[in-house]
Amino acid sequence: MNPIKTLRSRTAVLPVRDIDTDQIIPARFLTTTTRSGLGAHLFADWRYGGDGAPKADFVLNRPEAAGCSILVAGDNFGCGSSREHAPWALTDHGFRAVVSTQIADIFRGNALKNGLLPVIVDQATHGWLVEHPGAEVTIDLDSTRLTLPTGQSVRFPLEPFARYCLMNGVDELGFLLGREPEIRAYEQRAHG
Amino acid sequence: MGPSAQTLFEKVWRRHEVAAETPDTPAVLYIDLHLIHEVTSPQAFTVLRERGLPVRRPELTFATMDHSTPTRTEQVFGGAPIAVEAAARQVRELEANCAAFGVELLGLRNARRGIVHIIGPELGLTQPGKTVVCGDSHTSTHGALGALAFGIGTTEVGHVFATQCLLQRKPRTLAINVSGKLAAGVTAKDLILAIIGRIGVAGGTGHVIEYRGETITALGMDERMTVCNMSIEAGARAGMIAPDETTYAYLAGRPRAPRGEAWEKALAQWRQLPTDAGARFDREMDIDASALEPMVTYGTNPGMVMPISAAIPQRPGDAVFAKSLAYMGFEPGRPVAEQPVNVVFVGSCTNGRLSDLRAAASLLRGRKVAAGVQMLVVPGSQEVKREAEAEGLHKVFLEAGAEWRESGCSMCLGMNGDLVSKGHYAVSTSNRNFEGRQGMGARTLLASPLTAAASAVRGRVTDPRELL
Repeated sequence: MNPIKTLRSRTAVLPVRDIDTDQIIPARFLTTTTRSGLGAHLFADWRYGGDGAPKADFVLNRPEAAGCSILVAGDNFGCGSSREHAPWALTDHGFRAVVSTQIADIFRGNALKNGLLPVIVDQATHGWLVEHPGAEVTIDLDSTRLTLPTGQSVRFPLEPFARYCLMNGVDELGFLLGREPEIRAYEQRAHG
Repeated sequence: MGPSAQTLFEKVWRRHEVAAETPDTPAVLYIDLHLIHEVTSPQAFTVLRERGLPVRRPELTFATMDHSTPTRTEQVFGGAPIAVEAAARQVRELEANCAAFGVELLGLRNARRGIVHIIGPELGLTQPGKTVVCGDSHTSTHGALGALAFGIGTTEVGHVFATQCLLQRKPRTLAINVSGKLAAGVTAKDLILAIIGRIGVAGGTGHVIEYRGETITALGMDERMTVCNMSIEAGARAGMIAPDETTYAYLAGRPRAPRGEAWEKALAQWRQLPTDAGARFDREMDIDASALEPMVTYGTNPGMVMPISAAIPQRPGDAVFAKSLAYMGFEPGRPVAEQPVNVVFVGSCTNGRLSDLRAAASLLRGRKVAAGVQMLVVPGSQEVKREAEAEGLHKVFLEAGAEWRESGCSMCLGMNGDLVSKGHYAVSTSNRNFEGRQGMGARTLLASPLTAAASAVRGRVTDPRELL
């Protein structure tokens, strides 16, 4: 995983609450056995018509959405299925952060493990972002702050361990493998 | 009642801490049972291969196939190919991965195969006090036996493969105290839908729910699993119910449950698990079950739910609510009862157990599925199928005009051709009414097996109490 310290991008805004992972990547695309290529199916049923042609009015199909790596979405983003295909699809499409007022637990964990920043902000900041699609926003991990183009900046919660892993490109598996002596001691303690 | 009084969750959590959490690092939590299936495991096996790692404890890892498997008998047993080639490839890949890494697999034609959350308890693999994970959000089901069970992503599947551990922040606790007797025709499914309606689809975020109280204690194991199954639909990490005599009677004699002296030893430990008197939860709420009616969803998430006799709420100015109703083809202020239905689905990890099939059959016996309605009955496991057939339930379904299939996730998420057509209405005993969940443009109404069967008979969304 590549280290992330600061992210600066225009936003794409999808102001729908409770966006579930079935919307992010419908179940019919889960038959893949790899992680790559899912970006083409991101939000498939909102993004394409029945004929497979992109719907012009969907936010990701608008020309101004090209190159945006920050997605602003409604409350409770990523609820539902635990499919990690959801963050895989978002990152494959080019997103590096999702900003919402609340992000579902399993999705949040999956996102962090794939270098996709789950950024939770207050209602007022979220409201401003929704009203200003395409705003140039900076997300800084060192200070855990999101800064609006107005200069206003807010802290977002991020546990120190996740922040450390993201900033140093450390993967959790390496950390866990390093705990082998403690794991072995636990197994002896618990199971004799 | 000192600070030593602990909740069920805290007891299970603490007993599995390889290392407790610190301000800088999450806890290292040991996993007793790792269930895997074909959809969320391939990329985790790839990571093991890339890093030259084995599955650390293959004997604590157990595989089945359920999502991408067909439910048509000729495709499971008759040599007809699985309709979707990618799904067939996933099935083959799981077989190869399990063989290569020494993981026990209940394969496509195994007599004990089924939906992972049905067979874990059914085989006695799921036990009180265990930590259970699976790359599937409905792993919360297993909490009905007093296990701490939660869904994980594929990266975490890899972590458990390689280390038998997960890095986890300790969740908060939410007690849902349920009192009062469920009325005739009102089931565990109606109870959990009502709870989700009350706390909302994000209301349980960051929490483990413990369902408590006389109503919960009175439920059988199948019903308890239905309740815990949908904890995730309230956003909760897990749902748990304290083990009791009902739990022990269910587990006794199951193929993978302890026996003899080991059973007595396990039983003594399990009896220590229930929440101590005076233990504190971070949040609590009370539900009066006696006031509940059969519930049905009207929108595109499980929190958009109401009593079957009610009218859809009005939320002027709420564009997301309006979009959801537009998708459903519904209008605020109108009932959904009497809405004509095209499809009825009885099955899934929520309601695919024997008692669910019995409930559906009780309303179908001597009746017919209405003309023009497709009814699909998909048992949750091959064992459920055998038990149902031993009781003659399959004949009730077939004589009524329903289809009787092999086990699998099936129409719950529109897999392998078990789809609801665009614009069609499905009354479904599954767990998610998300847009497109059962097929592109499909309109799902979640309900109990009784409501589903009654709706199949009438061809319209029907309060089952009218047919009892």
